[in-house]
Amino acid sequence: MLQLIFKRLLVAVPVLIIVASITFFLVRLAPGGPFDSEKVVAPQVLKNLNEVYNLNAPLHEQYFDYMADAITGDFGPSFRYPGRSVSEMILTGLPVTFELAFYAVIFAVFLGLLAGIIAAVKKNTALDYIPMAIAMLGICMPTFLLGPLLVLIFGINLEIMPVSGWDALPGDKVLPAITLGAAYAAYIARLSRGGMLETLNQDYIRTARAKGLSEFKVVMLHAIRGGLIPVLAFLGPAIAGLIGGSFVVETIFQIPGLGRFYVEAAFNRDYTMILGTTIFFSALIIFFNLLSDISVAIFNPQARS
Amino acid sequence: MEHSSQSLWSDAFDRLKKNRLAVVSGIILIILLVLAIFAPWIAPHSYAYQNLELGAVGPSSSYWLGTDTLGRDQFSRILYGARVSLLVGFVATAVALLIGVSWGIVAGFFGGKIDSTMMRIVDILYGLPFIIFIILLMVIFGRNIWLLFLAIGAVEWLTMARIVRGQVLTIKNQEFVLAAQAMGVRNISLFFRHILPNILGTIAVYATLTIPQVMLLEAFLSFLGLGVQPPMSSWGTLIRYGVESMEEYPWMLIFPGLIFTITLFCLNFFGDGLRDAIDPRSSD
Repeated sequence: MLQLIFKRLLVAVPVLIIVASITFFLVRLAPGGPFDSEKVVAPQVLKNLNEVYNLNAPLHEQYFDYMADAITGDFGPSFRYPGRSVSEMILTGLPVTFELAFYAVIFAVFLGLLAGIIAAVKKNTALDYIPMAIAMLGICMPTFLLGPLLVLIFGINLEIMPVSGWDALPGDKVLPAITLGAAYAAYIARLSRGGMLETLNQDYIRTARAKGLSEFKVVMLHAIRGGLIPVLAFLGPAIAGLIGGSFVVETIFQIPGLGRFYVEAAFNRDYTMILGTTIFFSALIIFFNLLSDISVAIFNPQARS
Repeated sequence: MEHSSQSLWSDAFDRLKKNRLAVVSGIILIILLVLAIFAPWIAPHSYAYQNLELGAVGPSSSYWLGTDTLGRDQFSRILYGARVSLLVGFVATAVALLIGVSWGIVAGFFGGKIDSTMMRIVDILYGLPFIIFIILLMVIFGRNIWLLFLAIGAVEWLTMARIVRGQVLTIKNQEFVLAAQAMGVRNISLFFRHILPNILGTIAVYATLTIPQVMLLEAFLSFLGLGVQPPMSSWGTLIRYGVESMEEYPWMLIFPGLIFTITLFCLNFFGDGLRDAIDPRSSD
């Protein structure tokens, strides 16, 4: 197990460095500087600005300076928000995004597993078909459509939910969490159903039934492990999708999280912010992939070799 | 009992015909495709003509799906949007197919060190935040539709590479391939005569299932304002405008959203049906 973790970490470090380098040069190659779109700036001011942000040095020097700082967690000052550092902004946005993602995952896992297990146990009945059809709908309905529709129905027409905001009104976290989690609930339902069906045909399940365990115990104690493995394997890569989803959800519901910061930074050509968040997101994704590999290894001894 | 010999494909087609959901999905998709291709002749109004005096009105006999805030006919705009969305779906999938299939074939066919290195690269790329790179590319190099094809295709090839490699590996080790090898068939013809025909089905299935993924990605980018630019519109752009004015004019959101969801629904069901038909063992 330790070897697995070590091997994966050994790959993660160069990958992160490559990601950081590609992003760095990509952003620098871009036409148009960060101070372009504003009012006409006096040449002297522009020169000073470039100096402050270390844009005058040769590119390779800028690169090494940046990488050296980045290793210590210093991603430099933000181009757009003078006086604020990128690390500081990441730290303010991160808890919000994490909280949103946390609720979304809880919602997705709970609803998805419930639907998947019931569908598998009640295979080929209405309790199988209906949840699976809804799951298909959940997969096909994009976040940027589901969110506004929920707002339209529950926020504007029924007026029982806040339309947007975060931590301002009671219940304003419900719709964003459901919006972000819905597609994952659907995937988890399908995956856990498939995993459960496979497990329910195994010999050890027959043994468990033969020794007189109640069907509830057979499912909840024995079969569920088989249903969980594909879900665990899915959760790691799902985090990557969750980040993309947070861009949309945070934009729709005006949530001050990392996703919205990133989208804004990309539009504003806030170089340092783009770089910082990209590296940060990559590290996050690599970390969660590792975490999901480890949990799969714990649940499924066959995957350990 | 009479048994007529059937080819793999007509056998699969028979199985597909029995799957009603897949057949209905297929028919809807064909209708959509025809509507999209012949949009210039079918559309009752111009997609770009603005009738500012009219503004946004609900569905009526002259404007079947209503108009948008600039007085443009929604039905025509959705038809033209279908062209863009489906075009992106097909072209980007083709790009993904080209990269993924060649990658998977080379890795699976040659095996050994080449295979493990190539698949290691795929593993690593899998773990990267591609969505971020696509956003970055679109911001930096402008909202170019060809770049969009390329960027999306470059992301979606990974799954394809994995699946094709797995298939090639399985088939490569079967007796008939070994027999062919033993008879001295050269690599090239071994591949084209014996391996490729056997993986075409799988490729077709995953191509069908990649199209909805690609369309989702395009719509996502268009929603963020990074996709197709006006006056051209994809379904993603229409949804974006719909969201902006959904409070007063909900039909601007509901119709494009509905048609988009139905299309993805059909593509997924048709793809699933195709998979069950071509490889009956793999049904989940």
